[in-house]
This record gives sequence, C-alpha cells and structure tokens, in this order.
Amino acid sequence: MIRDALEIAKKDLLIEARSRVLLNQLLPFVAVVLILFGFAVGTQNSTLVDISPGVFWVIAFLSALLAIQRSFSIEAENQAKDGLLAYGLEPGGIFLGKVASIFFECIVVEVFLGLGVVFIYGMRLNSVALLIVSAGFATLGVASVGTLFGALAAATKVRETLLPLLVLPSTAPVLLAATKAWEDGITSRVGIGDPWLGLLVVFGLIYLAIGMVSFGSVLED
Amino acid sequence: MKSSKFWVGVLAVSALFGVAVTYWLGLFVTPPDVIQGQLVRLLYIHPSVAWVAYLAYGVTSVGSILYLWKRTRSLKWDRLAAASAEVGVVFTALTLITGSIWGRPTWHVWWTWDARLTTTALLFLLYLGYLALRKVPASRDKIAVRSAVAGLVAFIDVPIVHQSVVWWKTLHQSATVFNASLSPKVHGEMAWTMLVSFISFTLVYLWMTIKRYQIETDIDEFDNLEVEAAIAERLREVDGLVNSKASSGTRDGGLKDGGSIS
Repeated sequence: MIRDALEIAKKDLLIEARSRVLLNQLLPFVAVVLILFGFAVGTQNSTLVDISPGVFWVIAFLSALLAIQRSFSIEAENQAKDGLLAYGLEPGGIFLGKVASIFFECIVVEVFLGLGVVFIYGMRLNSVALLIVSAGFATLGVASVGTLFGALAAATKVRETLLPLLVLPSTAPVLLAATKAWEDGITSRVGIGDPWLGLLVVFGLIYLAIGMVSFGSVLED
Repeated sequence: MKSSKFWVGVLAVSALFGVAVTYWLGLFVTPPDVIQGQLVRLLYIHPSVAWVAYLAYGVTSVGSILYLWKRTRSLKWDRLAAASAEVGVVFTALTLITGSIWGRPTWHVWWTWDARLTTTALLFLLYLGYLALRKVPASRDKIAVRSAVAGLVAFIDVPIVHQSVVWWKTLHQSATVFNASLSPKVHGEMAWTMLVSFISFTLVYLWMTIKRYQIETDIDEFDNLEVEAAIAERLREVDGLVNSKASSGTRDGGLKDGGSIS
C-alpha cells in the first residue's frame, strides 16, 4: 500500500512540476487574496495582526480546495481513474498518495502564505514549533477530507460547486482549531502542549482513517 | 401491510397527542422560571428538537455504515439514511430557529458566535450538502455509495457539536439534561414536561422518518417500473423492426422467387 501511495504521490507531483499550476496560478491567487483582505479590513497594523491567523487559514483552505480540484481533474481526463484501478493499485494506497501530494502542495502554499502574513500583516511568531506542528495536522485533516470528497465530486458533472459545499463545512472544526492554535502561537509562548493542537491531531487521524477505509467504495463510483 | 399501516397510524396519533400534551404542560401547567420568567417555556421544545436532530444524524450514520459494509449492503439502509437525514435537517433548522427566538430576549441578539450555535449551523450546512449530493443525477447504487461516505464523514461533526460547550466554554449554557454526571438539573413539573416533550418529538421523528422511507421506497419502485417500461418499449420497437424486416425480406424473397419463375 505504501509503495502504491508513493507512486501516486510521485506521479501527481511530477505532473505538478511539469505543468507548474501551483507556481503560476495558486501562489499568485494566494498573494491576491492576501492583499484583498488588507484592502477590505483596513491597513491598520493592529487589526491586521489580530485577524492574521484567521485570514491565513481561510486562504489556506480556499487554496487547498483548488489543489484538490486540480488533483482530481487530472484523473477525470481520459478516464485516468479507471487506469489506476486497472493497474491493480490498492484504493488505500491511491488515497494515501493523493493525500500526500495535496498535503505537500498545501504546505508549499502555507509557507508562502506564512511569509506573506509575517511581512505584509506584521504577524509575530512566538511559538514556531506550535505553528508548524498545528499547520501540519490541520493540513492533514483538510487533505484527507478533501481527497475523499474530491474523488466523490469528481464523478459528478457539478464538481466545482459540490466540492466546496461538502469540504468546507466538514473541515470547519479544523479551521476553528487551527486558527485558535495559531492565535496561541503568535500571542504567547505556548508550546506543542496546546489543547487545540490535540484536537487537530485527533481530527487529522480520524479523517485519514475514514478516508482509507471508505476510499475503495468511492472509487467504485 | 394493513397492520403496518395501522401501527404507523397509531404512531402518528401518539406523536400528535404527545405534542399536544407538551403544549398544554409547557404553556398552562408549569410555572414561570425564577430567572428566565416565561421564556423558560421555549426550553420545553428547544432541547427536544435538538435531541431529535442528533438522533436523526445518528440513524443516518448507522444506515450509511450498514450500506457501506458489503455484508449488509442493501438499498433499504440507504433509504433509511436519506429519510433520517431529511428529518434531521428539518429538526436542526427548528433547533436554530427556537434557539434564536430564545436568544433574542436573553442575550439581546438573534445570533451570536457561540461555539454550539456555530457548530449546529455547520451541522445544518453539512447535511444540506449531504442532501445536495443525493440530488446529483447518477445511478441508484452510485447515489447510495456517495451518500453513505458523505453521511459517515458528516457524522463526525455531531459529537463535536455536543462537546463544543465543554471544549470551547463560551456563551451557551452547559448541558442541562444529558450532562457528564447524568444528573439532570431540572426538577418537578418542569422535568416531567421536558420528558414528555422528548418522547413526543422522538415519536414525531419516527413517524416522519417512516413516512419519508415509504416515499423513498415508492420513488425507487416507480423508477424501476419506468426502467422496465422503457426496456419493454425498446423491446417492442426491436420486435417491430425485426418483424417488418422479416416481412419485407419475405416480400423481396417472393419477388426474387417470382423473378426466377418468370
């Protein structure tokens, strides 16, 4: 299963490296939204610092949606999904591979976004360990749910509108916990013992487990 | 069939009777609360409808799991999950509406960003997404698989809604009836009224779910009949085509034969 997952992740990241959608479209999108939030909220530094954890995670989630849609639009072309099944890859492996590639792409976006909120919004980083670990588990949660629903929505003709309706409410608790963990990470020196991080770990692992168990049924679709 | 119709009828009458008794107890028998005054009467409905919403989503998740599990896979579980989710969405909407009506005089706002309110609203949106997914055209089995997966993921949110008060500790009061120590903080007539309300709304839920299940079954049967009728029509068309070709072939053959004779 791990071998299948590595193959899928390698394939997706190779396609990404060749098409450069992340570099040419996703990162500029993130920069635009970051600046638009500044225009909408006002340019007072204190306000921007206060809202920066929330803005960070809202933009990260919207970017994740685009990455998920992109990941499954690749499989929709020329019945590539059927090809994966014909190769005899394990559904759990395909799921893990998809999660890994989406996770990696989201982390790249989040690093870029993190630099944006630090330099443009003036966000301070007090507990770097908490910020990094919570970002990792929050991204794992979004990537897991997103992969599951992405595969579900990809089989429909209304995938663009259906995916956000399914993913965003499901991952809203992750958004809440990630924002709270980041608030703690920038305002105090709370370490990785932050209770919000615990919630993110639980979420990430539950969604990963559910995805692995049910992805076979989704691929039947 | 007749006996099941009879029992569904009994359930409907019991539910209606229970709601009427709740109405009577809540409005005329129980006293006003020392702190909340007349507003407390809304609380004979609000926790009950919230409980039914939780119950409905629980049944949806059980139906989803049983459908996903290949040993028990049957469309009846999908129908049950769908029926229960629809009723759950109605009761979640009622929970939000009654909570909002209660919140206006108590908190002086129609809506506040309290953890439980927010997560209940999310729960509402989650299951609206579930119902939207069910409406996406596909074969019956595909709809069932998709919905079962979505129903399972959505149900993870239900314990969070209940535990959110404990985790986030915000404006909404902690659980009065189903608290951690299992000792309800309501007594006397008020407790009895709440109990009657819980039972009545659970009966309403059961009745609505059974009726919705029956409608889902009828829709499936109707769809099957339509498919069978379409197949029969196509077969008739094919038969007609074959017969007409055969008869024209006979005519051609006759001419050829005639030609050869001449």
